[in-house]
Amino acid sequence: MAKIIGNEALSEDIYIIIIEGKFSGEIGQFYMLRGWEEYPLLSRPLSIYDINDGNISFLYKVIGKGTKRLSELKEGDNINLQGPYGNGFPKVDGKVALVGGGIGIAPLLYTGKILEDKVDKLDIYLGFREEAILTDEYRKYSDELYLSIGSNITDQLDINKYDYIFTCGPEPMMKKIVDMKSDNNTKIYVSLEKHMACGIGACLVCSCETKKGMTRVCKDGPVYLGEEVFYE
Amino acid sequence: MSNTQVNFSSIEFKNPVITASGTFGFGREYNEIYDINALGGISTKGITLKRRRGNKGMRIWETPSGIMNSVGLENPGVDDFIRDELPFLKKLDTNMIVNIGGSTLEEYIEAVDRVSKQKVDMIELNISCPNVKEGGMAFGIKTKTARKIVKEIRQITNIPLIIKLSPNAEDIVAIARACEEEGADGISLINTFKGLAIDINNRKPIFDNIYAGLSGPAIKPIALRMVNEVYKEVSIPIMGMGGIMNWKDGIEFMMAGATCIQVGTANFINPHICIEIIKGIEDFMDRENIKSLEEIIGII
Ligand SMILES: Cc1cc2nc3c(=O)[nH]c(=O)nc-3n(C[C@H](O)[C@H](O)[C@H](O)COP(=O)(O)OP(=O)(O)OC[C@H]3O[C@@H](n4cnc5c(N)ncnc54)[C@H](O)[C@@H]3O)c2cc1C
Ligand SMILES: Cc1cc2nc3c(=O)[nH]c(=O)nc-3n(C[C@H](O)[C@H](O)[C@H](O)COP(=O)(O)O)c2cc1C
Ligand code: FES
Repeated sequence: MAKIIGNEALSEDIYIIIIEGKFSGEIGQFYMLRGWEEYPLLSRPLSIYDINDGNISFLYKVIGKGTKRLSELKEGDNINLQGPYGNGFPKVDGKVALVGGGIGIAPLLYTGKILEDKVDKLDIYLGFREEAILTDEYRKYSDELYLSIGSNITDQLDINKYDYIFTCGPEPMMKKIVDMKSDNNTKIYVSLEKHMACGIGACLVCSCETKKGMTRVCKDGPVYLGEEVFYE
Repeated sequence: MSNTQVNFSSIEFKNPVITASGTFGFGREYNEIYDINALGGISTKGITLKRRRGNKGMRIWETPSGIMNSVGLENPGVDDFIRDELPFLKKLDTNMIVNIGGSTLEEYIEAVDRVSKQKVDMIELNISCPNVKEGGMAFGIKTKTARKIVKEIRQITNIPLIIKLSPNAEDIVAIARACEEEGADGISLINTFKGLAIDINNRKPIFDNIYAGLSGPAIKPIALRMVNEVYKEVSIPIMGMGGIMNWKDGIEFMMAGATCIQVGTANFINPHICIEIIKGIEDFMDRENIKSLEEIIGII
């Protein structure tokens, strides 16, 4: 059990929840959250948005019952979280771009924060449908911040400028990046989503077939080398 | 401290709490979270003769008080299981129950035969998986087919054998009786209920396999009733399960007739739940001055 120290709406359906405590996590990992006792039955997976000395935060979009319940929690309420889980983005050198679409921007802030002074170049690309949020936050960790609202963020991306691309967002967006031709052997890592139950690799409800065989998104993922994934 | 030990047929369990097949993998992942040697036992993910990739499409769906799953027995196959997973399980100080599934009688026989050459504590024959099209559950619906498979399997293994029954059976009491008559050492029940969920916008079932298995609190009252009905009609011991979410539910199953209890879905909600259930049972025994769990098994 941990205490909520903030739960703020950034727009109609996007929130940041801040939870007090000493938490750890690698870039691209997630936690399983439940801000209620019994129902809904399953906990909800959310990516690490940020970790500071005395707290962890998550950026989430209200989709259904669980995230709705989360959004109704108040400062001082208790919440349960398990984690950090999953196999996140690799620690790399060189020139890196982070590309997020919609709520897929969530894992990229912490990723930027950790990578910023370890890599030669870190650019962040954020694509939004209607309004841009948190741009000042992401700008802090980027050499250059690219934004798009209502158009394809991938149009601005030249993958040949980078050694690594880390992306999270709608599958078509990630696929578009993976399909781009690289003369530079750019490595692309994508973060996938599947419905989950245990979150730790024991139940196989999140299985994902890749070119390397059956994998568990919660344990072997959520981050995969883009070329290993079969897209819909 | 209370003595939570129970004897299930010829086997001693240090406590009655066992993790249910398919919800606990082969124990490795939960062992990173707590020391799984504290458990009474572990029932492994269902193993089949050959590797299975499992079902395509959505595999999990939440219902108001349960979950539906359509994993479809994804597993490495019996040989890889023996090579890669069994050594880890053997080192544990808890009872290891190998859950075996299949689509044909021949497949079951071959898989059981290979497992029987190993040192395992118990085999749980899953004749009740609703998530595999060709069969599995087919053996657990009709008493006649269930009897036949138990008879054949009993002839080829000396390892303590329990049969996992389906709530979808035509007559679960009659099947349990047939298992006893054919020499099974115990019964486990219940597996998941066959259910259906529909995506109305796409006018399609949620699951590629159409039907899926319902587990969790939603099925508890029915599971409890079935355990009780079977308890009254057979003399071999029962492992009861279906929606056990806490120690109180566990005590209910024991009072209904279960010697051991299996916990499935609850592990997803709280990974530490089995430890909490064991502790809850101990505290209950202390409070109620219960010396042995035998005192409460089947008192209803
Ligand atoms: C590894 C990972 C990281 C994620 N990180 C974030 C994040 O940082 N911010 C964010 O807003 N969302 C994130 N998501 C998606 C988020 O988990 C879902 O939006 C959320 O579970 C929806 O729950 P609900 O009760 O509101 O919706 P409902 O539709 O009512 O949920 C019903 C069931 O479906 C599951 N579900 C529904 N949509 C998804 C989905 N897209 N992915 C996985 N499970 C789903 C729920 O967990 C629940 O079990 C992440 C998903 C994964 C797998
Ligand atoms: C994700 C999942 C996978 C399962 N896989 C198996 C399996 O491989 N073999 C089996 O006999 N039962 C399997 N089951 C059924 C459980 O072992 C158990 O019988 C059922 O879930 C009811 O118990 P519960 O309500 O505590 O979960 C599975 C259940 C779930 C939820
Ligand atoms: S959610 Fe259980 S294996 Fe991934």
